[in-house]
Amino acid sequence: MNQLPLKGLIVLEFSQYLSGPSAGLRLADLGARVIKIERPNGGDAGRKLSIKNLWVDDSSLLFHTINRNKESFSANLKDREDLEAVKKLIAKADVMIHNFRPGVMQKNGLDFETVMQLNPRMIYAEISGYGKEGPWKLKPGQDLLLQSITGLAYTTGNGQNAPVPFGVAIVDILCGAQLVQGILGALIRRQKTGKGALIEISLLESLLDFQFELLTTYYANRRQPERSNVNNGHPLLSAPYGIYETADGYVALAMMDIHALAKAIDCKALEKFSKDQAFSERDEIKTIIVSHLLTMPTAYWLKQLQTAALWAMEVFDWEKMINHDAYKCLQMEQKINGGDTGFITTRCPIRINNQRIFSSRPAPKVGEHTEQVRADLIN
Amino acid sequence: MVVDFSQFLSGPSASLRLADMGAQVIKIERPGSGDICRQLYVSDVKIEGESTIFHAINRNKQSYEVDIKDPEDLEKVKQLLTKADVMMHNFRPGVMERIGLDYESVKRINPTIIYAEVTGYGNEGPWRDLPGQDLLLQAASGLTWLSNNYDENPTPMGVAVVDIMGGTHIAQGILAALFQRGISGVGALVQVSMFESILDFQFEVLTCYYNDGNQLPVRSSINSGHAYVAAPYGIYKTRDGYIALAMGNILLLAQLLLCEALKQFSDNNDWFTRRDTIKKVLAEHLLGNKTQYWLDILEKADVWCAPVLDYENLVKQDGYRALNMEIVVKTSNGLSVTTTRCPIRVDGKILVSEKGAPVLGEHNQEIEHQFGLLNELQNSN
Repeated sequence: MNQLPLKGLIVLEFSQYLSGPSAGLRLADLGARVIKIERPNGGDAGRKLSIKNLWVDDSSLLFHTINRNKESFSANLKDREDLEAVKKLIAKADVMIHNFRPGVMQKNGLDFETVMQLNPRMIYAEISGYGKEGPWKLKPGQDLLLQSITGLAYTTGNGQNAPVPFGVAIVDILCGAQLVQGILGALIRRQKTGKGALIEISLLESLLDFQFELLTTYYANRRQPERSNVNNGHPLLSAPYGIYETADGYVALAMMDIHALAKAIDCKALEKFSKDQAFSERDEIKTIIVSHLLTMPTAYWLKQLQTAALWAMEVFDWEKMINHDAYKCLQMEQKINGGDTGFITTRCPIRINNQRIFSSRPAPKVGEHTEQVRADLIN
Repeated sequence: MVVDFSQFLSGPSASLRLADMGAQVIKIERPGSGDICRQLYVSDVKIEGESTIFHAINRNKQSYEVDIKDPEDLEKVKQLLTKADVMMHNFRPGVMERIGLDYESVKRINPTIIYAEVTGYGNEGPWRDLPGQDLLLQAASGLTWLSNNYDENPTPMGVAVVDIMGGTHIAQGILAALFQRGISGVGALVQVSMFESILDFQFEVLTCYYNDGNQLPVRSSINSGHAYVAAPYGIYKTRDGYIALAMGNILLLAQLLLCEALKQFSDNNDWFTRRDTIKKVLAEHLLGNKTQYWLDILEKADVWCAPVLDYENLVKQDGYRALNMEIVVKTSNGLSVTTTRCPIRVDGKILVSEKGAPVLGEHNQEIEHQFGLLNELQNSN
């Protein structure tokens, strides 16, 4: 394969914010031509959403992070002429993605049935918050709210803590990633059948799928999985699973035999516990480990643990991480030519034929490629 | 057809998705014990002596029990690989080279194969031989400094997020390569490391860090929701439970919740810089009434809020039931396991398969027959 795998594919992105656009970004990095369809005034609402008030140009750094390597075609879907132009684009495209609330695309006249008439080979992909049926279908599909409603917040933090949400937009990112899987699966099927497809996913289903291990366990015994009261790492796992403070930092301990651990860190108090107690007595066991590990620095413990081939790791913050050779050798960072000075972001995590995938192309301004896209695909 | 050598969660979660989308997935398992995941997870919930987790991850697959260190078995596996579309593994660097099933060798017997590899930290660098385990990757990648309150220890996410993201990415790579093969007829090597996956997962906040002069994230001192998002973002205790509040206008909240003390924060720049002070005021106020009372007020005004449910409350909700997310799969020895289905709908239909996880070696005969492995072996002798 001498070219990116999705080269030649045309993707129309009607979606905004993170979930849909993160799918568009992955498809773009894998070689597709991704064209954002944006309203003339303002475009993607994500352009004005910033974190830490960081801006590249008129649009936020956050927007630039999610929308690099794409083009922008401006169109007012309520304007008949613009809508006609978009329909012509649809006739030429392979994939379209939207994340409007149920009913909006019908009103725009771009629902699945209509699009199939324009282009029977179209892969029509849509993200909703809670699916298109049921009492929650019109609720806002926002990350923290989905985490709260699906039980996810009860997996993290200690047992006596309030529910603790994940500090990353897990729902948006995972759902976008799964949509990519659905789209690619449908494209492969199209190669055989010549037919398009409707691919649907909701943030809610995505986040339930994410918890499939915990939920399957819950379905089996109908008992809410309990977070450990001490250094909780995962509600289903035994001692010592978790992160522990040392004399000078923190160390993570994954699954391991308690007696092997006792030997490696020379902790006699652990010897009285049997293998079977590693789950039932996990808080007591972990409390003993907590006070023991406080006595020496991280490097000392790591040496003991890794010599015994036990699964342990130092806990890094980003500053320590980006200065480590293990991070540097990945070449995970890339420079994007956005704004006056450009900015640094991460690259696509997938390697193909031993090649990392880089792209320095910045996010578009609203309508930046309207003329080009018209010339290439409409006229 | 997918030949899957991978174990635990990252690789197997990818092949589960491929199976649900219609692929025949054959797990290659070593004699006696098979996939380590059959025994490894040690929660107190087991199904037929195996972890519930194994059943969740490996439903809808077949098991081929072979010893790839035995020359005759290895030959059968190679015969199988000549007929495969995809091969996957998540062994540590060097293992497949020693067995003779590295990409270059497999490509010689099947030039159009998609060869997919999940590693912990990639095939280069000082961490290449470290175990690719979820919690350890969370620790290595800075992820644990993003959740929970400021004065708490670094806090891991309580779901195997690294495994799942890694699996998701390798599935994307495999599918993209299969699509390209459909056009050009050429196979590919697709690689994902769990480390790169979990960095990609943090792409929004890492990009912020790269460009803000490398300021480390500061978790909120109370009700932490996201280190980079302004008040009120977080989960708050009420008189009878918890309520989640996403991004919102503080002055509107002051008005709706009748919280006088919030009105002083009229400058929206303060909502980030004085985040913790604002949240403290809000936290005290929300203790004064029940969750449903607050939800009724806020939902009516389209404020982004939600109740905080545990599984017991979640599964009772009509909004949950309407999805039909639960499926019952059956194993060949008569066991029924309730689990979740594939989250993707195709042409308006949910993807449902009743096939449970395989018993170790369950499909040896079937696979050898289907792909003519015994005959091939006799011919090559």
